[in-house]
Amino acid sequence: MMRIFIADDEEPARERLKALLGDIAAELATSVVGEAKNGLEALEALPASGAEVVLLDIQMPGLGGLELARHLAGLERPPAVVFVTAHDRHAVEAFELNALDYLLKPVRAERLAAALRKAASAAPAGREQLAAAAQAPREYLSVVERSRIVLVPVRDILFLRAEQKYVTVRTREREHLVEESLVALEKEFCEPAAALFVRIHRNCLVARGAIRGFERAPGADEAHWQVVIDGLAERLPVSRRQWPAVREQIASK
Amino acid sequence: MVSIRQNAYPDLLPDFRNLGVVARVLLAVNAAALAGALYAMPELPRALEGFVRAAAFLEPLLLVELVALFVLSPQLARLSYAGGCAAVVALVSLLAGLYHAGASQVVPELPPSLVRSVVLAALVAASLLAYFRLYTKAFSPALAEARLQALQARIRPHFLFNSLNAVLALIRRDPKRAERSLEDLADLFRTLMSDARQFVRLADEIALLERYAEIEQLRLGERLRITWELDAAPPDAMLPALVLQPLLENAIYHGVEPGTAAGDVLVRIERRGERVHAAIENPYIEAEQRRAGNRMALDNVRERLALFFDAEARLEARAVGSRFRIDIEMPYRAAKA
Repeated sequence: MMRIFIADDEEPARERLKALLGDIAAELATSVVGEAKNGLEALEALPASGAEVVLLDIQMPGLGGLELARHLAGLERPPAVVFVTAHDRHAVEAFELNALDYLLKPVRAERLAAALRKAASAAPAGREQLAAAAQAPREYLSVVERSRIVLVPVRDILFLRAEQKYVTVRTREREHLVEESLVALEKEFCEPAAALFVRIHRNCLVARGAIRGFERAPGADEAHWQVVIDGLAERLPVSRRQWPAVREQIASK
Repeated sequence: MVSIRQNAYPDLLPDFRNLGVVARVLLAVNAAALAGALYAMPELPRALEGFVRAAAFLEPLLLVELVALFVLSPQLARLSYAGGCAAVVALVSLLAGLYHAGASQVVPELPPSLVRSVVLAALVAASLLAYFRLYTKAFSPALAEARLQALQARIRPHFLFNSLNAVLALIRRDPKRAERSLEDLADLFRTLMSDARQFVRLADEIALLERYAEIEQLRLGERLRITWELDAAPPDAMLPALVLQPLLENAIYHGVEPGTAAGDVLVRIERRGERVHAAIENPYIEAEQRRAGNRMALDNVRERLALFFDAEARLEARAVGSRFRIDIEMPYRAAKA
């Protein structure tokens, strides 16, 4: 019995998928272990549902299917993901390019069966593969705590700092550790298109919006600057190499 | 309904009741008078003086001519294009002659001859008719293109495939409703594929809105709440096809679908005097502004309103707090019964 989770914001679309699963029951036994009508609901319910495969609509309010899949990939035993879309040319191109499974609405029974069989046999898509298919930076970073996924809104993040294996994610309230590389995060959030963060040091990205100013580091013999963050006592050193670029980027803000 | 042949745009007299046409005539005639004055007297101050004197003679005549054309516009429109042109030139010349004769009784030191006034008036009228003909010709390709664009912008694949998917889901549970939905979809697409250069009755456009809303309701369920305020809508008003439906579609696509909570959409259409006002309001979702393509339908509708009503229609879109609102204003033109 294959355990399946369905996430789609349209009720008739979920109903249709369930009807089709019923139609193919003779050749492929499945049970629907959960349903969600948006990305956030799915994120909450999915880890505990024990689902092996998730049918994910990509255009959902709150949290889109592709970003949801990226957060799910952080789970210890992530479900296989089959994306479902009515029409999103760019997404379909990206799925093709990155060998991700997808179905087009209206979904056909035989395609559904084939996609499920394939999903059950192959290893779930990895984070890099999903990241490569993404067309926009994520709205959240995620931390897996036991079997729960905790989302940290990117707009709440003050800075990201690499420490050995992890990256510390600092918000006003607390710190989180995420298992991602600072280089990948920089690529996602500092590109001109997003430009939410600036690199101030080899190991540190700061949210542009959180920078209140710069001050000279006390006791330094040469000019050495540090970033003052809104409402935070901690000062972050700007490396000499980054200083001209940082100054220029902040000036152009 | 004004039907237009597929491959040819027949020549039509300008609409003498249109503000844009009237404004162009006023501007052109005065510009010609100014040019004439400059030609006659090369020094600027004296030329201006000459222009003012000419204008004092010209302006009342011009207004009388415009009023006459305004009043006779329906009769003129019934003639063939050539006949209409001849009638316009004749009417203008006749009025100019009468005016000149009348004015010379009152003011002795008028421009020299009556014949000159009549010939000048006839020439100006003929040139303006030629100008308007070229002007409409120049815009004919734009019309054809607007129609194409309308078609492409209207058939949002996202909507088509999701609707079909929803109807498929319905077939087993509620075959009756599935049938009705497919009928609605067929009606909607018939209109979408029809000639966007036509005028339609407001009642028909409203029926189309309701069909469309019915399909969206099926898909979105209780997430979509539409309030209709149509009691003061004049059913016989004529408007270009597909002006309101794309805007309602936009409202749902950008204001309701991306939201996790239910979204309220307001559709209000009413007649105020000789104007028809339409407003469509939806929740304003800020993150949504990043999604591309939300201006296309708006630009398309605005362009078509301008093509049909020239300067007399207005479209305004703005975000007010947490709501996004589009206002349209156009002249009220009743359908001929």
